[in-house]
Amino acid sequence: MSDSKQHPDKECGGSFIESVAELLPEGGNLNMCLTCGACSAGCPATGLEDMDPRKFLRLAALGMDEEITTTPWVWMCTMCQRCTYVCPMQINIPQLVYQARQAWPREDRPKGIINSCDVALRNPGHSAMGASSEDFKFVVEDVLEEVQSEQEGMEKLKVPFDELGKTYYLNQNSREPVTEPDEMVPLWKIMNIGTGEDWTYGSNGWAAENYCMFAADDESWEKIVRTKVKAVEDLGAKIWLNTE
Amino acid sequence: MQKFGIEPKFEIESIIRLYARWVREGVLKVNSDWNVNNVKFTVQDPCQLVRKGYGDAVADELRYVIKKVVGEENFIDTWPNKSNNYCCGGGGGSLQAGYPEARRYYGKIKNEQIVKTGAPYVIAPCHNCHSQIHDLSEYYGAGYHVVHLWTLIALSLGILGENEREYLGEDLRNCGL
Ligand code: SF4
Ligand code: SF4
Repeated sequence: MSDSKQHPDKECGGSFIESVAELLPEGGNLNMCLTCGACSAGCPATGLEDMDPRKFLRLAALGMDEEITTTPWVWMCTMCQRCTYVCPMQINIPQLVYQARQAWPREDRPKGIINSCDVALRNPGHSAMGASSEDFKFVVEDVLEEVQSEQEGMEKLKVPFDELGKTYYLNQNSREPVTEPDEMVPLWKIMNIGTGEDWTYGSNGWAAENYCMFAADDESWEKIVRTKVKAVEDLGAKIWLNTE
Repeated sequence: MQKFGIEPKFEIESIIRLYARWVREGVLKVNSDWNVNNVKFTVQDPCQLVRKGYGDAVADELRYVIKKVVGEENFIDTWPNKSNNYCCGGGGGSLQAGYPEARRYYGKIKNEQIVKTGAPYVIAPCHNCHSQIHDLSEYYGAGYHVVHLWTLIALSLGILGENEREYLGEDLRNCGL
């Protein structure tokens, strides 16, 4: 938010699309559109809010910044990059969408996304569902005990926590510990077989999700990424493993 | 990370690629013997993993694992697929964006792709995809089941516990117990 380039100031002659082009290598090819429509034809968000990717790009190219930076369509596009993938010029429309999200005052951005970002910022695990590291650890131990006592052959099942020098640091989406903890168990079993128990969860930065990124809140996004990186490095893990 | 100029002292990996390696190396001894009724499965290619991640290579790894686990003849691909597949509509924060109607309109094409395969199960190896496709199945009334890949791997290995079957249909609830 501190980057003035992201706030087009018409009086200084800068349009929104120019400010975005400045941020991208080769200007993101934003001015190379052939108007072929391949992007829109294959975009599931085409038609929502009377918008589609080609039109969005076109409006931006025409300097219709007001429309670009206020249409709620930018929150309906999932930034999936299919448009870029099929575009003969590989035009980076999702990047334009991201910057348009950023042009929204933070308090006007979708509350669900902003709240998830804010909640994550408030706990060291960065769980968007607000699960503390203690909660996470408690749930894991609770489920583990039950599996050990009730499943044949699983008496010695282990779930390494905050262990130093393991190869893998495993990320965990908060959804499981918070709403369906039993779903973690198959993953543990597979990890133990696959790695020979050479993995660990961590109490810091354990939550896999990052809504600050979707909120287009660069500062918070960076903060979360940095905590997670530090958490993995502090445990001396060699590989940061995503479950997806 | 690149965006923030961070150079971590570790590598980043996706478990999907590890599954494939472990299956190939015989560490995960999966097979499709359990699937005696030839239950059919299709898959969602998570944008984050495939188009925005490791490309078609990981989409192939994903299919390699699935075919080993459910049986080659029991996997039915969607069209289009891999890097060219459609987003399910659950990405980019849309599940929390507060526009559920738009999200479901977006997901209509994904729902139709799945219905066209005729498979009663969709493997969704991503949390957002899982939530979104589960919702699409209910909303559009198609009733297909949405499962994580770990559920099927564990099922194939004979180590899937009774409480770990939330997303399986009645037909597989007791399979291998
Ligand atoms: S990134 Fe947005 S505009 Fe591009 S195809 Fe995906 S949803 Fe459509
Ligand atoms: S696919 Fe690319 S070139 Fe074609 S209309 Fe869309 S942005 Fe323009």
